[in-house]
Amino acid sequence: MSELSFKPVSLGADVEQRSRPSLSYWQDAWLRLQANKRAFVSLFVVVGMVLFAFVGPVFWRIDPHAQDLDQTSKPPWEDRRALIVAPYQPWSGVSASSPEGDYVAPRSLEIVGDATTTFVRLVWDPVPVASGYRIYRQIVEPQSGEPLGLPLGTVHDGSVSFEDRLDIRPRTYWYSVVALDERGEEFPEATTIEVEAVFATTVANAIERGYVSNPESLSVGSTIHVPLHPFGTDYLGRDMLARLMEGARISLFIGIVAPFLFVIAGVVYGSIAGFLGGNLDHVLMRFADFVIALPFLLFMILFKLLFGIGPGESGILPMLVALVLLSWPGAARLVRGEILKIREEGYVDASRLLGTHTSRLIMRHMIPNTMGVVLVTFTFAVPSAIFTEAFLSFIGMGVTAPTASWGSMCNDGIKTMESTPHELIFPALFISVTVLAFNLLGDGLRDALDARMRYGE
Amino acid sequence: MSDTLIPSSPPAKPFKEEVSRGSAWQLAKYALVGLLFFVVLLALLGLVTANSAAGTRSTSAVDYATNTITLTLSSEPPQLNSTRSTDMVSGMVLGHVMEGLLRFGPDNNLIPGIAESWELDELGGTFRIRSDAYWSNGTQVTAHDFVFAWQTAVNPETASQYAFILFPIKNGQRINEGELPIEELGARALDDFTLEVELEQATPYFLKLLAFFTYYPINKEFYLSTGGRYGADAEDLIYNGPFRIASWVHGASVRLEKNEYYWNRDETKLDAIDFAYILNDANAVLNLFATRKIVFAGLNSENLDRALKNRWRIQEHVDGSVFFLELNHRPDRLTSNYNLRKALQLVHDPAELVYKVMKLPGNLPGESIFPVWLRGVHGSFRDEYPGPRFVQDEVKAREHLAMALDELGLDELPPLMFLTGDNPVSNKQSEYYQRLYKEKLGIEVKIDKQIFKQRLAKMTSGDFDIVAAGWGPDYDDVLTFGDLFASWNANNRGRYENPELDKHVAIAQSSSDPVERMEAMDQVQKILHDDVAILVQYERGSVYVSDSRVKGVSRRAVGTDPDYTRAYIVQEENE
Amino acid sequence: MIRYVLWRLLQGVITVWFIATATFFVMHNLPGDPLADEKAVSPEIRENLEKKLGLDKPIVVQYGLYMWNMVQGDFGLSFTEENREVNAIIRDHFPVSAILGVLAIVIAGVGGILWGALTALYRNRWPDVVIILLVILGISVPSFVFATVGQLALVTINNIAGFQVLPVAGWGTVAHMLVPALVLGLGTMAFLTRLMRTSMLEIVSSDFVRTAKAKGVPTAQIFSRHQLRNAVLPVITVLGPSIAGITTGGFVVENVFGIPGLGRYFVLAVQQNDYGVIMGTTVFYGAFLVLMVILVDILYAVVDPRVRLE
Repeated sequence: MSELSFKPVSLGADVEQRSRPSLSYWQDAWLRLQANKRAFVSLFVVVGMVLFAFVGPVFWRIDPHAQDLDQTSKPPWEDRRALIVAPYQPWSGVSASSPEGDYVAPRSLEIVGDATTTFVRLVWDPVPVASGYRIYRQIVEPQSGEPLGLPLGTVHDGSVSFEDRLDIRPRTYWYSVVALDERGEEFPEATTIEVEAVFATTVANAIERGYVSNPESLSVGSTIHVPLHPFGTDYLGRDMLARLMEGARISLFIGIVAPFLFVIAGVVYGSIAGFLGGNLDHVLMRFADFVIALPFLLFMILFKLLFGIGPGESGILPMLVALVLLSWPGAARLVRGEILKIREEGYVDASRLLGTHTSRLIMRHMIPNTMGVVLVTFTFAVPSAIFTEAFLSFIGMGVTAPTASWGSMCNDGIKTMESTPHELIFPALFISVTVLAFNLLGDGLRDALDARMRYGE
Repeated sequence: MSDTLIPSSPPAKPFKEEVSRGSAWQLAKYALVGLLFFVVLLALLGLVTANSAAGTRSTSAVDYATNTITLTLSSEPPQLNSTRSTDMVSGMVLGHVMEGLLRFGPDNNLIPGIAESWELDELGGTFRIRSDAYWSNGTQVTAHDFVFAWQTAVNPETASQYAFILFPIKNGQRINEGELPIEELGARALDDFTLEVELEQATPYFLKLLAFFTYYPINKEFYLSTGGRYGADAEDLIYNGPFRIASWVHGASVRLEKNEYYWNRDETKLDAIDFAYILNDANAVLNLFATRKIVFAGLNSENLDRALKNRWRIQEHVDGSVFFLELNHRPDRLTSNYNLRKALQLVHDPAELVYKVMKLPGNLPGESIFPVWLRGVHGSFRDEYPGPRFVQDEVKAREHLAMALDELGLDELPPLMFLTGDNPVSNKQSEYYQRLYKEKLGIEVKIDKQIFKQRLAKMTSGDFDIVAAGWGPDYDDVLTFGDLFASWNANNRGRYENPELDKHVAIAQSSSDPVERMEAMDQVQKILHDDVAILVQYERGSVYVSDSRVKGVSRRAVGTDPDYTRAYIVQEENE
Repeated sequence: MIRYVLWRLLQGVITVWFIATATFFVMHNLPGDPLADEKAVSPEIRENLEKKLGLDKPIVVQYGLYMWNMVQGDFGLSFTEENREVNAIIRDHFPVSAILGVLAIVIAGVGGILWGALTALYRNRWPDVVIILLVILGISVPSFVFATVGQLALVTINNIAGFQVLPVAGWGTVAHMLVPALVLGLGTMAFLTRLMRTSMLEIVSSDFVRTAKAKGVPTAQIFSRHQLRNAVLPVITVLGPSIAGITTGGFVVENVFGIPGLGRYFVLAVQQNDYGVIMGTTVFYGAFLVLMVILVDILYAVVDPRVRLE
């Protein structure tokens, strides 16, 4: 080792140059969150959902409760043209006496007037031996020998006409008429007609529903375009987009606030129990077991009573309270388990040896290290809270009609999954996207908050 | 600790190293162990359930070999002790395995059952019991069995909810109220085959009651031998009807087999009816039908299109019940105001409700509390007495509303409480009504959705303005609907009181002149309409799909429905 | 050990007693009349019914009687299925729910641990991304949708195959159990997968793994011995309550697949104010759950030697 190996530094030189500015824990976390693209996009999605719920109605000014019974369960891609027709007048129908002959199916079957969604009127030639006729409607072309579809009704006493008003949609129908013998049994032959029903509305209705801006130009027989429903309509003809916005307010509130509160409660409870241990731990955990075992449904009713929620009023607040009061034990047990594990870790012992105060020990070591499981619990509690709300609303303990929530919209949509899938797909999509965003954001948050995880990405 | 300050420098990625093959192998091994564990567990559980009785036998809809048809039940039959049954499912099962003095024939008319013949006048009569009627344990069905069953039903200790249906029999009501001993009931067995019945007062529809399940006979000796468990299990019952319960696995299945002791066994063509599933989810039932596991499935407006696309044979059936909005007539309620009720009536549109909201054929827009299928003097009651025509008129409705506000001294009407159940159908309807009254009259309606018993409690205590209610007939006579709104009827939950109406009900209860009775009932439907006691919504119908290989099934509004007692299987037609 | 278990069991009994008492008084104070029916019941008939069911006595007496009977293992009669004892209902239907629940929990547990480990192993590569997306789907779609879609899929499969691959509904054989158990376990499996993944990743960066690595222990051994074993702990913690959640939460699945389980009875009982069944099932499930929690705590000590049973 020669003398040249060492040489005194010049005192003026900046030895401890910091390459980066000093950052606090939270600044650091924020920076790391920003670096995580998925998490950051998710954050925007969550913010976007909140904006959708609260600012959306400012731009989409359609009443979510306005029913349009002429346009129920309408998918967004359906034709928007509407024929203007005269107001509905009852129809007396047509009667005819039986002719001579030996045929058993009507020789002709015709529609009277326009076939529209308001009504389809059928008239047919009488059959010699018929005691009456049964009218069927099918949505696929009936093959010979096959069932004729939906029995709409039966006419007797020489009547040879039928008026169908039952939920006619703008589509092709096949109407069949079968004659009945004197015992009321059907003859084997039928007469079928293909009918293209067009969507129709009246002048009064078009004005009332605001289909057009210049009511003067409306006349019977003209065609107008009804306003677009970007997400279609539901079973009472209500605008799905407006309902999704309304539903977002309910579902996001219950889906975020309830899990947030009960997870926090669980974390506090669980860490106290886990950290202090001993008899207190025992008592606390037995109490948690007790709460888990309480039947949710009964206590939900109880809270509703305690809150004095009258009929027809929204049960959102008691639902929130019930969810928080009855759901925290899961999180508490989880956190306690983690704390028990962490308590035995070397760095905790080290920290304790250095004389760290208990509260700091909990805040600095315990809680951040349980963050991972806590965030997972939280992100998973979001959808389950949304569905609990749906279930409770369904049995009359949650939001009251006509208020919508995503969960209750799913509940309604599932029943028509096959014929009008849009009623299920859109609310389900909104729930999925929200849940996905919360999950990715939760992942990102965990990585950002947990100092040990910073190399993970 | 300086490295914590370098968040944005490219991390060293220590953990994105190549996935260790070893670890992946290890995981694969664990997966295999997990799968093995699962398979073993599955096999074990399969063994356990196979040994217990709770299994669904793997059957197809129609089994030619065993001459069996397979069906679903919407719920477990809650009570098969006929003196205490109240519900439709129990009634349907009992209708297949028991027989009263009379039973329903294939054309839904009443035909002799256990009673061979009878003479009946205004205040009683005698029934001749057929001598070839046996219970499924081989003992004879006697007049004593009827006396015992009826005495048991009115016995206060039995606490039967349907005891009232026996009140036309002399002393029935007083026994049930504990004033007289059960032996005082006006039904006596003169000998094994002669049953004498005394009536409290003239009851013109008494014969029609006799096919009802509370009137079924019970063998006393057997009843006592069950030690209070009569009807609890298949072994705790004996049968005198076309079928007997061969096995009953609670919550899972009920299997009926032909009763070889039934007097009319030659008319029973099926060897077994297997209610192999207890299922009330409409889509699930339709799924079973789609895979040809069952012969019958009800449809609703949501799954109608599926049945149409599959080209299944769809039939309709009017189930006999009438649904209506009951208005609360208690004096402290807004709805006790006639003009308000009139306003509500004038914008009420049953046709729109049925065609645009309920969307199911079979339902008929309601016009009267008396459904179309009820018999009048000669033909249909509604053909003979069509009742008042009902017209919507928004302008008039608003006038009445204005008058109502005036009379009530209000500027604006407070919200009306609409009590409703928690099922999807009533959900839709209440939302529709809420919007209807808001749009047409500006009346705020609050929906009070309650689960079953809570709703009933509120209905009874009168905690509502409007409630959606329905009524299914107990017996085949106009009176089963006609006395609903008599001031003394406990089912009159809106407490509608009108002496005029009571007078007409009393006439129909006791008069033996059919024309006088029907005219009284016509007055009842006029009063209900003119005074707006209720708003009739619809007559319930249903549509269903059924297997074309099964024939001879009867559907009816009153009595066992659907009735498979005379059903038979035919060979497949063209499929 | 035995002393600990006995001590825990004693605590369990007290917990169950609390549950029973709380439920009893809440139930009796709820609105709704258990004796009401669609067709009105006259006061006289009602009186007869009350006497028969013992509802005419003061509530404290009813409570005392109930507790006394409960201690003797008698839960009384059902109000809706009036001929059946609650004991019989539990005896007949709990095993069905339990079998379904056990299968579901095994699917969820084994699946969750394996998928979770797999995603952690392949972190940020395609298997991870795919599985996590599926997990999100699994959790954000409610079980009633899964049940309906699952059943519809069965119909389609059977119709295409032309014979019965798996039954659409019913109960009795292994074939009847598979799809309902899968549907029931799916949500929990998704949750456990995520939990497992998170906890695996946390352990990767823990001290003892680092030490093992430094010592030159083979990666595969670290993975199975240290990571997996430690990561399973939080999964076990939530497993306890999930078992009860799955066995009680089977309502939807039981309803759609026509399975004679206890879940259907409980929901129906709440709607019907069936005091007997509500009490019976609540107390029974409470006891079951407390037992599960105790089991899990013991299991915990077995898996993790650092946790001692005090």
